[in-house]
Amino acid sequence: MRSRPVRTLVSVFTAAASLALAGCGSNASTTGASSSSTTTRSTTTTGSPVTGTLSVFAAASLTGAFNAAKTSLVGADPGLDLNYNFAGSNTLVAQIEQGAPADVFASADTRNMDRLVAAGLLETPVTFARNKLEIAVAPGNPRHITGLADLAKPGVTVVLEAVGVPAGDYTRAVLASQHVTVNPESLETDVKSALAKVTSGEADATVVYVTDVRAAGPAVTGVTIPDSLQPEITYPIAVVKAGRNRAAARAFVTSAVSGAVQKALEAAGFLPPR
Amino acid sequence: MAPAVLAAGAVVIVVLPLVGLLQRVSWSSLISDLSAHDAYVALRLSLETSLGALAVALAFGLPLAWILARRRFPGRSLLRGLVTLPMVLPPVVGGIALLYAFGRRGIAGQLVYDLTGWRFVFNTSGAVLAEAFVSMPFLIVTAEAAFRSMDRRGEEAAATLGAGPAYRFRRVTLPAVAPALAAGAALAWARALGEFGATITFAGNLPGRTQTTPLLIYLDIESGHEATALALSLVLLAVSLAVLVGLRDRWLGHP
Repeated sequence: MRSRPVRTLVSVFTAAASLALAGCGSNASTTGASSSSTTTRSTTTTGSPVTGTLSVFAAASLTGAFNAAKTSLVGADPGLDLNYNFAGSNTLVAQIEQGAPADVFASADTRNMDRLVAAGLLETPVTFARNKLEIAVAPGNPRHITGLADLAKPGVTVVLEAVGVPAGDYTRAVLASQHVTVNPESLETDVKSALAKVTSGEADATVVYVTDVRAAGPAVTGVTIPDSLQPEITYPIAVVKAGRNRAAARAFVTSAVSGAVQKALEAAGFLPPR
Repeated sequence: MAPAVLAAGAVVIVVLPLVGLLQRVSWSSLISDLSAHDAYVALRLSLETSLGALAVALAFGLPLAWILARRRFPGRSLLRGLVTLPMVLPPVVGGIALLYAFGRRGIAGQLVYDLTGWRFVFNTSGAVLAEAFVSMPFLIVTAEAAFRSMDRRGEEAAATLGAGPAYRFRRVTLPAVAPALAAGAALAWARALGEFGATITFAGNLPGRTQTTPLLIYLDIESGHEATALALSLVLLAVSLAVLVGLRDRWLGHP
């Protein structure tokens, strides 16, 4: 009585396992085929209209600027179906490593970009923007926070971004250089969720980018961190080799460096690349 | 033939991911991955918070299940619907809702914070609360069904013999519903153990305080610590499996 269901279960597992293996094989071959087909398509590069689906994986801090640029990009190329996936740069790296269908990757730091470059998944990245850190506090700054040292004060609830999230890593480096020991109450997965903890009133302060504070409008107040303490924050962007639409991907990268996307970045408060 | 093919599709959808997980686990480094400091801290915190959530569910959910099963009052169906809502509500929505109730600026949370300076958010109690929110309905639903469907002749006989309500409940009702309660408690505990969305949204994410195992798994996968994430996933999978095996007579029982 008992052995039959068990045997069925075993056979199901075996079948599923063999399917999994078959899946891996076919997956590899499709990637190869798609990359060769995009090479032929990408010979018709600049000048001709950019069409098709384009998936841009971008650091959460780029949300506002990239969304703002979408209107003019799609306006110029109505055949373009532009999709964004915003998250912490390290999350995006993990997704792309796992084979998520990205055409372009824009990171908030070089370290996460380098991880994918080292894995051979990207074309050569280019720097397209720079940014600065800023302390974000509740509107009107009720806790009277004037600088990084105040984040270590007892009774001030601070959240930072998790280890590996660029903004968090930059912040920890600056705090360490100033010998300021902050005990964050939570380690958030990206700048937007860190900022949300301040806008919801749960945290008194966090450290995000200047552009995040600007995008949040009246929901938060920014406390400037002096230039002398600012780390070098550069945003690299690259075409994903396994992407299905390399022509559109290259056009997007070009636009990020010197086109409509760059204009939107400047409007959002990003600094141009050096 | 066609039903079998489609059924195979269902099996592939459900079983294949588990196979995928198992084939990626680094078995040789399993012990060292799990005994790494972060992993150990998260596992211990998960054990504490899930048992805490179960205690909350038993303390408050059980009386509610009893009232829903045995008392008649206006709005009972509505109340039953409301308290079981978290079973189908996306946990992240639950987390946001918890913020508006128990956050520092929430309906109850602000009052508590202003009076005592104490809060749930960024505290272990917040993780327990988030887990209780999503898991309590499993206990309530199971317990209510048991209270409702049990044979009441034993209670009536005890009453005619002069047993008081408390004694009747303890000596007659509770033993009668014990298997169902155990099943409900196991389900609720397993759900609490796996809680992610409400916890990260409401309680935060800090090792040793609010970073339960599912949160660490998520962060480990994101930051490239795949081996630890998979080892921890395996632990949760094993626990889920153990709960299922424990419940097999109720769910997978005899045809």
